Amino acid sequence: MNGTVFDSTASALELIGVSKVHPGPVAALRSVSVTIGTGEFTAIVGPSGSGKSTMLAIAGTLERPTSGSVRVAGLVVDGLPDRALSGVRAGRIGFVFQQFFLIPTLTALDNVATGLLYRGVPAAQRRRAAADALAEVGLSGRAGHRPAELSGGECQRVAIARALAGRPAVILADEPTGSLDSAASAGILTLLAELNSRGATILVVTHNPEIAGAASRVIRLRDGRIKQDSEAS
Amino acid sequence: MSGVVTGRAEGRAGGRAALPVSRLRAADIWPLALLGLVSRPARAALSAVGVALGIATMVAVLGVASSSQAQLVAQIDALGTNLLTVAPGQSFGGQTVTLPPSAPAMVARVGPVIGAAAIGDVNAQVYRNDRISPANTNAITVYSADAGLLRTLQGQLARGRFLNAATARYPAVVLGADAAAALGIDRTGVQVWLGNRWFGVVGIMRRLPLAPELDRTALIGDPVAQRLLHATAAPVQIYVRANPASIAAVAAVLPATADPAAPQNVSVADPITALTARADASVAFQEQFLALGAVALLVGGIGIANVMVIAVLERRGEIGLRRALGARRLHVAVQFAGEATLLAGCGGVAGAVLGGFTTTVYAAARHWDAVVPVPVLLAAAGVALLVGAVAGLYPALRAARLVPAEALRL
Repeated sequence: MNGTVFDSTASALELIGVSKVHPGPVAALRSVSVTIGTGEFTAIVGPSGSGKSTMLAIAGTLERPTSGSVRVAGLVVDGLPDRALSGVRAGRIGFVFQQFFLIPTLTALDNVATGLLYRGVPAAQRRRAAADALAEVGLSGRAGHRPAELSGGECQRVAIARALAGRPAVILADEPTGSLDSAASAGILTLLAELNSRGATILVVTHNPEIAGAASRVIRLRDGRIKQDSEAS
Repeated sequence: MSGVVTGRAEGRAGGRAALPVSRLRAADIWPLALLGLVSRPARAALSAVGVALGIATMVAVLGVASSSQAQLVAQIDALGTNLLTVAPGQSFGGQTVTLPPSAPAMVARVGPVIGAAAIGDVNAQVYRNDRISPANTNAITVYSADAGLLRTLQGQLARGRFLNAATARYPAVVLGADAAAALGIDRTGVQVWLGNRWFGVVGIMRRLPLAPELDRTALIGDPVAQRLLHATAAPVQIYVRANPASIAAVAAVLPATADPAAPQNVSVADPITALTARADASVAFQEQFLALGAVALLVGGIGIANVMVIAVLERRGEIGLRRALGARRLHVAVQFAGEATLLAGCGGVAGAVLGGFTTTVYAAARHWDAVVPVPVLLAAAGVALLVGAVAGLYPALRAARLVPAEALRL
């Protein structure tokens, strides 16, 4: 860890008094403070418009809060220039989205390898890491298939492998089962729990009560505030 | 956690540790740029057509010009640069004057002159036969000619023979290449209606590069012109072949030699100069085609920019994803600018091949050697890449400016 500003002993993610006010002014988040420890499997639940997605975007440095402070693996990201935030995302955060966002012309393996593209890792090394990540989500046999040849559940597994490939401090998942049928959803749920048991830190935004049930911690948001935290600190 | 990419040192936490940076390897840029083209090959091909046509036009125009110039140089080398023409000019008062009938003989006597041959005015028209309306002259001029004319011009016959001492006395005619074509005659032994008499065609000339003005003429012998058609024997033009080393000196003495009484009425010209001027004129003509190619390139560039703007709109999700994976704005911009450049580059290569092919076909049709200069091909590739880079700039900036959270619809 020499030469980096990340602190491996720190919490994976910290939001301190984070507010987000959209012009209007409509408050999407109101003074939210939450600490996600390394190794946690946390679900954020709440009705539409409660600020879940805004919270995920701010935690993932895709959006800046109006006020408050965010730390990723110990690094205070407030006020960092865009290029440094990109570096934080490339090195410390893995994203999983409801729509998978796989690149249709690339094979599953190359899609996963794209997760390491912006780290400056040589292609051969990216593919090796991608093969490992694909094995972890149980899709080694599908490495050469393109997204169109994969089921929805398999596509989401590829996307999870892509987030996993860089061994991020935290995986942020936005409605990962939102586009899947119940059987595929259950498979993804099992996978997330498994990855968590092997040490991955996971923060999921979801409507799915089963995912919420599988998580070790559930945070309920309402009107931009934390209404309930099963592990209130 | 190994493999953390470190960058420039910037004191933030701890004072000396480096902020995280995202890096895109140079080796990854072109595969990335290719991705968009591969995903929509038909669209890519169609949008590259404009640039391909522009480049093809430019390469073909320059290739044809180079081939033509190479041909001209070879032609001049083959014909020699030692030909002069002597013609009556205009008198001081502006009236047309004539050369004395003795002028050809006088000119031939100048030391360095190797050969001289004259053509003389004949007041007659030539027709395919006696049933043709007199108004239908086909713009063919009838001249009397010396037997040595063809040799002096280093001209060649397509058919038959040139006039000689014998045929010059009888109603025999040699036709220029264009005159023969206009009359519809492609062989000797037929008769044409010339000056209200039948003349037998004894020869048909090939085109005369040094005297294109003779391509649309009918040449008859001096004696027959004077005897049957009442020609005056006044030369209208004398072709002079001289020792190349003394060509300037010969040109200087020709006026006084041809018409000692009125040397100021004699005009001496150098057909090689005319030939070179013609080449220059054809280059000027080519500039218009080059401009046309430039317009095609411009339109092609706009087409690529247009397609890329659409691609950016369609691929918002991919752009958002890449930003989430750690791509900087610059990386996104480079990807789309690279894609546009690659697109135009492919168009440029296709255009260069097409232009080279066009040049080859055109040159082959004219029996030239095809010449496509390598600098032209390199310039074509450079221009195509430049067009692509410029066309890709705006779409690239639009892609880079997308807000990641909005692009991902988070």
